[in-house]
Amino acid sequence: MCNGTGIGGVVASVRDFDCLDPVRKALLGDLDEGFAEMYGAYRCVVFSTALRMSGRRADAEDLTAETFLRAYRALAGYGPDRIAALQPRAWLLTILMNTWRNCVRTRVRKPPPDLREEPVETVDPGESVEDTAVRHEAGERLAELLGLLPEEQRAAVVLRHVADLPVSEIATVLRIPQGTVKSHVSRGLKRLRQLGGVR
Amino acid sequence: MTQETAQDRLIEELGALAADAPDGLLDRIAARWITAPSPLGEVAAAFTDHGVAYVRPARGFAEDFRKRVGRPLLPAARPPAGLVPALRDGRSSRVGLDLRGLSDFQRDVLLAVRTIPRGEVRPYGWIAARIGRPKAVRAVGTALGGNPVPLLVPCHRVIRFDGGAGEYMFGGAAKERVLLAEGVDLERLRELARERVFYLASDTTGVVCFPTCHNARRITAAHRHGFRSVARAEAAGYRPCRTCRPVAAQAAAG
Repeated sequence: MCNGTGIGGVVASVRDFDCLDPVRKALLGDLDEGFAEMYGAYRCVVFSTALRMSGRRADAEDLTAETFLRAYRALAGYGPDRIAALQPRAWLLTILMNTWRNCVRTRVRKPPPDLREEPVETVDPGESVEDTAVRHEAGERLAELLGLLPEEQRAAVVLRHVADLPVSEIATVLRIPQGTVKSHVSRGLKRLRQLGGVR
Repeated sequence: MTQETAQDRLIEELGALAADAPDGLLDRIAARWITAPSPLGEVAAAFTDHGVAYVRPARGFAEDFRKRVGRPLLPAARPPAGLVPALRDGRSSRVGLDLRGLSDFQRDVLLAVRTIPRGEVRPYGWIAARIGRPKAVRAVGTALGGNPVPLLVPCHRVIRFDGGAGEYMFGGAAKERVLLAEGVDLERLRELARERVFYLASDTTGVVCFPTCHNARRITAAHRHGFRSVARAEAAGYRPCRTCRPVAAQAAAG
């Protein structure tokens, strides 16, 4: 299975080409096509994380655009070996988290005018209008509660239960030990339940 | 409700907070590109949600764009309205441009160049004067050399005062070819320049113009008078054309 020989001159040095996921295969073939593939595969996880970290749809769009643009510019300078070794999802989310932290830091120094956030729409085509309304209400409240968590707990909870990442990958993204990820997640969930209970 | 089911419900609700990126978001990140014929041969044009950002020969375009702009480049389903005709025949005023990332000076230069109609040319000094920097003639040349959107910002319509084509990113011969395709005969301008004629005036309208101004081209031979400077034409009783505004160039050339 993992005895690929690469695809000729350019990536001859990349071992185990056949084992790579479609995103990395595409990136090794053509940067722009690979980017389109990468965007398609990870737009949802990056946007969801950005939305639940920032709490605002407009910010989430800016963060997502900035993350993918930074990723593209970095990839343009990467050789085939580095691309083959990349864990695209964890790498993108690391860029997102850095971008978000920079953005928060800038905002602390220079607060923006307070804009009311329009409701966030996540439409499931199999869902009835009543279901959407119920879920919407619960979801909006929960999204607000997420914003009350300390930064590191929010990041761990969002990556674990919204983005659905395994603990090991969250440890890579946040650059903390797996045990710390677990404790941030469980403290975050506990806090969410408490916050939910007092309402 | 037990602790476990409450926990499960919370996790389920968190899972439902996932949301897909809006459909248009990719076009805020990536540029799209098309190829089209032009007087320079086959060219490629990249555009964003703001407008056309980059035009260069089709060959080697993607690498060029990556180096210069650093945005993903994806094929376009169809070109923006008016782009293909604009590249073909130079009527480009309706095509939106994405000039983000340029200096204020370069943007001013490019927008001034955009006002030169098809079939006409202006000297470098005229652009410098138009943007309020009459001494920055060389800087205008440099700004035009870095024009990201040739043909759409018609930098080929800016030439030397003596009718020489001047610099062009694709070479002087290409510049003359594009101008000829637009109906500008540089050889005639050079003949006039050899006779020290840089402006043409009409004794029926009393107006003095650049020789390629559409008002000057309508003057019949019997009523046409050549001048070396706008000052001399004014001394002879002519007023500068309000369309091609030759006074500005005069100030810069002086």
